[in-house]
Amino acid sequence: MSVLKADGLSKSFRRGGLWGGGISHKAVNNVTFALKEGETLAIVGESGSGKSTTARMAMRLLDADEGSVHLLGEEITSASGNTLRILRKDIQMVFQDPFASLNPRMKIVETVGEGLRVHRPEMNHQQRREKVAETLALCGIGEEALDRYPHQFSGGQRQRVGIARALIVEPKVLVLDEPVSALDVSVQAQILNLLKKIQKERNLSYLFISHDLSVVRHVADRVAVMFAGRVVEQGTIEEVFGAPRHPYTKMLLAARPIAHPDQRKENNGNGGLDREGVAESGCVFRLRCAFAQDDCAGFEASIQSDESEHTYACLHPLDKS
Amino acid sequence: MAGHSSVNTNTARSLEVRELSLSVPISGEHVEAVSRVSLVLKPGRVLGLVGESGCGKSLTAQAILRLGEHQGVMRESGDIFLDGESLFSMEEERLRRMRGGHVSMVFQEPMTALNPVFSIGSQITEVIRLHLDMDKGEANTRALKLLHDVGMQDAEAVLKQYPDALSGGMRQRVLIAMAMAADPAYIIADEPTTALDVSVQKRIIQLLRDLQRQRNLGMLLVTHDFGLVAELADDVAVMYAGQIVESGSVEQIFNRPAHPYTRALMGCRPEVSEPGASLPVIAGQVPPPGNWPSGCHFAKRCPLADTACSEPISIDAWSDGKHQARCIHAEEKLPGLEVAL
Ligand SMILES: Nc1ncnc2c1ncn2[C@@H]1O[C@H](COP(=O)(O)OP(=O)(O)OP(=O)(O)O)[C@@H](O)[C@H]1O
Ligand SMILES: Nc1ncnc2c1ncn2[C@@H]1O[C@H](COP(=O)(O)OP(=O)(O)OP(=O)(O)O)[C@@H](O)[C@H]1O
Ligand SMILES: [Mg+2]
Ligand SMILES: [Mg+2]
Repeated sequence: MSVLKADGLSKSFRRGGLWGGGISHKAVNNVTFALKEGETLAIVGESGSGKSTTARMAMRLLDADEGSVHLLGEEITSASGNTLRILRKDIQMVFQDPFASLNPRMKIVETVGEGLRVHRPEMNHQQRREKVAETLALCGIGEEALDRYPHQFSGGQRQRVGIARALIVEPKVLVLDEPVSALDVSVQAQILNLLKKIQKERNLSYLFISHDLSVVRHVADRVAVMFAGRVVEQGTIEEVFGAPRHPYTKMLLAARPIAHPDQRKENNGNGGLDREGVAESGCVFRLRCAFAQDDCAGFEASIQSDESEHTYACLHPLDKS
Repeated sequence: MAGHSSVNTNTARSLEVRELSLSVPISGEHVEAVSRVSLVLKPGRVLGLVGESGCGKSLTAQAILRLGEHQGVMRESGDIFLDGESLFSMEEERLRRMRGGHVSMVFQEPMTALNPVFSIGSQITEVIRLHLDMDKGEANTRALKLLHDVGMQDAEAVLKQYPDALSGGMRQRVLIAMAMAADPAYIIADEPTTALDVSVQKRIIQLLRDLQRQRNLGMLLVTHDFGLVAELADDVAVMYAGQIVESGSVEQIFNRPAHPYTRALMGCRPEVSEPGASLPVIAGQVPPPGNWPSGCHFAKRCPLADTACSEPISIDAWSDGKHQARCIHAEEKLPGLEVAL
């Protein structure tokens, strides 16, 4: 069963126009996905492709223009007020920048315990403090941290605090928006291991947003590739990374940093890497696509299915190899 | 206690940091933050300086342009030689011409390095005219050519635009164009692609490599990203808590990392480990300046450390030709850390 399901999510923003107005720009266009219990679904794509906007709509931090979101089978798109607050207990978010997302004037015990005030009003001060200590311990942070402030922690420790804050209300789903992008590799490894361990222990489901394909390959079961507001390919990690069918996915994989100097390649054209632009109509990727043909101008590149099979929005997909 | 002698015996073309120590003000006191760092940059070669956040990479890089001094960074000892001449005995006027001229810099954050109220064209021509004897028309022509060289489409239009109107990747191209404006011999690139998107990153990497080769540039590439080092560097220096702990050619470092820190750092990259498996980690964190142990700076986090490690250890404690490591247990088996390459 899927714990979090998005159907045809769309969102437009007004862009530009120094004097107000401006043109409406579809940041997310008809995005559909389903996150299953205990799994990690990654959303990848370049900057501005709509990953965070999608995540914020899935969490109802942002209202969708179109489409719906189901959390544990319940439609949350139109939920409001108290209902929404109760639902939020089941879905929590961890942000990229551990510093910006923690209140510098609040002690760790207050920051992490905040969710309990809302979701566990029956708890008294002492019970809350114990629960905070227990959750921090799960995240590898000792009791001495309770009365400290965020600036007294390293980046990795702050990210652990961010994770503890999300976990304390015992959610079923964690939305992680670039949770390790701001961290050094060594700290990143600690956080990725921690997330994995907690996922196993609590059977959590992760919606994991990242532009780092090495991290995604390491943590995710399935992946959805976004380009210009649309999901253009999705499937298991083996399917999508092993044999990408959409030219954009292939390009993104080619842009991945190499692991060893022996893998250096000379700069001899790179299948669209040098081209820019997003098409206004037809396949959004066709201006940058080395395989584009005339009929791509009349093709709407969007994946409709939320099935777990390998799907891609392309008229001229790459060979399965 | 500034300086050894300011004469360099080696006058061949090079940018050489020799035994440089820097201190920074921390709660009212000057504390050592860079400790006897030596690096040699040669024309046509890329030296990658890698290490975790807070190791002193940027302090070192900025010292090469004598930047950071107004933020309280002080040279304690050591020197920097530009083609044989000491930077610390250079007059202010020559220093100004050297910066952005003979030696130029590309910073991490393109937005902070560009002035939002001037057009791209006027910012590039300003740099050109500061360093080259050109009139407005000539400088404009050169600016246009530079933008072409960095692969900017529609360079003519970009000249008239303001930084705000450009994407992150385009801004970084503009900065690289500016860094090339006065035909530098050396370029200091501090995290030149960290703020960029993956696909843009790859383009900037290719651009830097092409320019570096065409112009036979000596480049110092400061980064925490081993992927970037693998892409671009010829030589590598690994920095930990203010010290160089290992140095060698890029092949030596990747094929046979010797220092436990280098091995651990390379081993915890997700790209070299099995999907789904847990990643090797380095427990603990980099000690900040002022909290360094007297011996090996990495000892507290190192599974191989013993009492002998509490004595200062020299950079050639382990060596194999030009490959050196500041470790008396280099290459010994690291428990819990199989570096899979
Ligand atoms: N509140 C907003 N107002 C106006 N435009 C917005 C807003 N939020 C997002 N956008 C625009 O929507 C598009 C998608 O943004 P989003 O933040 O979802 O991208 P992203 O894939 O998360 O990118 P990144 O990798 O840089 O975080 C961008 O063009 C962005 O400028
Ligand atoms: N002007 C300054 N005053 C006080 N401390 C400083 C100053 N500049 C740097 N430091 C300290 O010196 C140490 C090294 O800083 P540096 O910026 O060189 O690190 P880095 O290796 O470039 O790290 P990063 O990867 O995060 O950029 C850090 O602990 C930093 O806090
Ligand atoms: Mg985002
Ligand atoms: Mg730095």
